[in-house]
Amino acid sequence: MDNDKEAGIAYWKANLSLVKWSLVIWALVSFGFGIVLRPLLSGIKIGGTDLGFWFAQQGSIYVFLILIFFYAWRMNTIDKKYGVDEE
Amino acid sequence: MDLQTITYIIVGGTFALYIGIAIWARASTTGEFYAAGRGVHPVTNGMATAADWMSAASFISMAGLIAFVGYDNSTFLMGWTGGYVLLAMLLAPYLRKFGKFTVPEFIGDRFYSPTARLVAVICLIVASLTYVIGQMTGVGVAFSRFLNVRADVGLYIGAAIVFAYAVLGGMKGITYTQVAQYVVLILAYTIPAVFISLQLTGVALPQIGLFSSTVADGVPLLTKLNQVIGDLGFATYTGHHTNTLNMVLFTMSLMIGTAGLPHVIIRFFTVPRVADARWSAGWALVFIAILYTVAPAVGAMARLNLVDTIQTGEVGSPDGNLAYDDRPNWFKNWETTGLLKFEDKNGDGRIQYYNDKSADFNTKAEGFGWKGNELTVNQDILVLANPEIARLPNWVIALVAAGGLAAALSTAAGLLLAISSAVSHDLIKGAYNPNISEKGELLAARIAMAVSIGVATYLGLNPPGFAAQTVALAFGLAAASIFPALMMGIFVKRINNKGAVAGMLSGLIFTLVYIFWYKGWLFFPGTNFAPDTAEYWVFGISPLSIGTVGAILNFAVAYFVSNATEAPPQEIQDLVESIRIPRGAGAAQSH
Repeated sequence: MDNDKEAGIAYWKANLSLVKWSLVIWALVSFGFGIVLRPLLSGIKIGGTDLGFWFAQQGSIYVFLILIFFYAWRMNTIDKKYGVDEE
Repeated sequence: MDLQTITYIIVGGTFALYIGIAIWARASTTGEFYAAGRGVHPVTNGMATAADWMSAASFISMAGLIAFVGYDNSTFLMGWTGGYVLLAMLLAPYLRKFGKFTVPEFIGDRFYSPTARLVAVICLIVASLTYVIGQMTGVGVAFSRFLNVRADVGLYIGAAIVFAYAVLGGMKGITYTQVAQYVVLILAYTIPAVFISLQLTGVALPQIGLFSSTVADGVPLLTKLNQVIGDLGFATYTGHHTNTLNMVLFTMSLMIGTAGLPHVIIRFFTVPRVADARWSAGWALVFIAILYTVAPAVGAMARLNLVDTIQTGEVGSPDGNLAYDDRPNWFKNWETTGLLKFEDKNGDGRIQYYNDKSADFNTKAEGFGWKGNELTVNQDILVLANPEIARLPNWVIALVAAGGLAAALSTAAGLLLAISSAVSHDLIKGAYNPNISEKGELLAARIAMAVSIGVATYLGLNPPGFAAQTVALAFGLAAASIFPALMMGIFVKRINNKGAVAGMLSGLIFTLVYIFWYKGWLFFPGTNFAPDTAEYWVFGISPLSIGTVGAILNFAVAYFVSNATEAPPQEIQDLVESIRIPRGAGAAQSH
């Protein structure tokens, strides 16, 4: 029982750290590159505009997709590692 | 065959398909009515979620809003996709593990309080009703063009059809119907975009065409667009012209609103396993991203085509503007709906379309003998008018009409279901009469649907904004009330009943009051306390963005109230432990 509980705590910690890093990237590409940091990226030109515009209208969406699938795949491995996956 | 006949055939054919599926899969028990018996594959579920999600706001309205504003409205694109990341990581798997049918059930159990459940129901109804008002605006636009009638007549007819349609089936009907709707609407959105991208840039993929050079003169499309609209006094398309704080808060509000809207969350109750809930969110975003990455190209290209149609020659030359008598057919059709208006202010029989709010350009315009902008385009018509403006074949135009109707109908039906289950399952069965029969519950659900569609139709006649803007208000309300309660319910064990109730109420009331202050009380026109323009907004935060502030308030109030009062009982802490771990997720249970 205690072992289960410890595994549960470690599992939750692993999950939280994965979520944290994913959300850092999530915020960086949208609020960062797409909005607030756009002036810093204005030197990088792409098709008549700059990289920040591309992130705001295209790039952030692609990154969101990669993030969700990476999270789902990684969590399934973590579920198994801590023995909490669905049988 | 003429356009109207082809349109009737294509729209009629797609409708027969949806209704056929709905009848074939008619719901028989209440369990099926709400959650389709939990046997839906993640890819199917993702596709249905995408159809449910991409409403009139995404399909009809969003690209138009981007077209007329440019970069500053990228908020819609990031906001309405980024929310799925939050949904996949912070809510969906845990709520699936919890294994109940509705969002208020989770809140009621986690915060061990019927009051919390009741407050959640109220938040849900307020957000969903606002959402339906936005949908009805879109339904009105789509039906008025389709039937060649005025916008308000289109709205009445559309409302009647939405109602008949939602009453017919429950979620099961809706899940498989929505897969069909997704296919129709995504084809309807992307096919014209591919055509137009080819015409303008020679590149088939609109996502790449947007950043390519034009066939006509080899200049990048966006550079050309900036120049063409700049010549008419409009602000640049790619430039950042609004308050950065407001832009950040608006994007955030749409994101957390996405993760807090009950009709989306309820989708993740219908997958077989916790792992599937994670994949489902990803698949939903795949299907949504197809439309969302095409939308900015649709916007930019439509704007360019519109200006090119009206401004046929040099700006300021006597015959540089389209003569009203030579106006194309689409122009006449949209005039019938009342959503496109021309007023010949300088009496020259030609259409002048320019930015008469720009003082600099006005001096120039006076020199040309122009007496003000003569063309008023409702931004919600742009996507539907787009293929006609680009002179695409009739079958493409008809397909777009079918797609617009599918988008408007599917989401309106999904929302009505969320509202009706909140009323019958959570309000009546959960709080008022626990012994109600299954039949009685279904009847109550249908009465709730009828009432909500009546209210939404009435308010949809004078909507608080364009379809996508009204919908954005609904997201703000969900963001401020439901999302924080769900997230803290899972991630913070210490939050108790008192904290959750106080948090939800303060988030909801604060956000509602701020919105009504500028948009009118209960959205009745003319009852607002201050004009809805940037100079009157507090710190430049628009009513569309205020949901983020409401959510922060909700988090803070819940946290402090919980810490000042007693800890939740042991069995609730155990419940939180158990929903954090996938193992042991069984089938859902009703109370």
